[in-house]
Amino acid sequence: MAEKIIVDGRGSFCPGPLMELIVALKSAQVGDELEVLSTDKGSANDIPEWLNKVGHEYISTTESEGVWHITLRKKK
Amino acid sequence: MSASKICVVVVSGSLERLQMAAMVASVGAVSGQEVMVFLSMNALPYFVKGNTSQAPHEGKMGKLMATKKVPEFKTLFEQSAELGDAKIYPCSMAMDVLGVEQESLEGYLQSATGLTKFLHDAQDAQVWTF
Repeated sequence: MAEKIIVDGRGSFCPGPLMELIVALKSAQVGDELEVLSTDKGSANDIPEWLNKVGHEYISTTESEGVWHITLRKKK
Repeated sequence: MSASKICVVVVSGSLERLQMAAMVASVGAVSGQEVMVFLSMNALPYFVKGNTSQAPHEGKMGKLMATKKVPEFKTLFEQSAELGDAKIYPCSMAMDVLGVEQESLEGYLQSATGLTKFLHDAQDAQVWTF
């Protein structure tokens, strides 16, 4: 299995981290795990909503020292 | 039931309005919704190739945004077209008044469109105006 792909959206505001994730998803393979790093709390709330809407697997969100880590798996 | 097609009409040249319009268009488009954008009046000049002028802010938010890493509205519109397949139409009247041809506009814009066609296409859509 491929290693986790890190999408560094730190410092960017909504919808920057989401757009960076979408760019990363385009080149990722189905089944790949991705982790988005975001300092924007709005994006931390919004990205799981987006994943549910478009049908990728949302795994988890954790927060550490002002950085949100949103983990997901590409499903299609 | 709300319409899944989104029409975004942008007439303002202010930073806050262009930014919000770009956010609605880009997030809508990458979420699988059909998005069409109509650019007219003071919004259109920013989409002439080589125009690097900054949109003036209306208030505090726009001023703050300029100091932070907020995605640029033009980048978001481009991403809405490239990542989400949004269709961005320049208003033919605004092009005539400005005196610009299609070739002078950013490449991710569709062909010039008049209000008649746009209104027809917007019949079954939710319309957002900025």
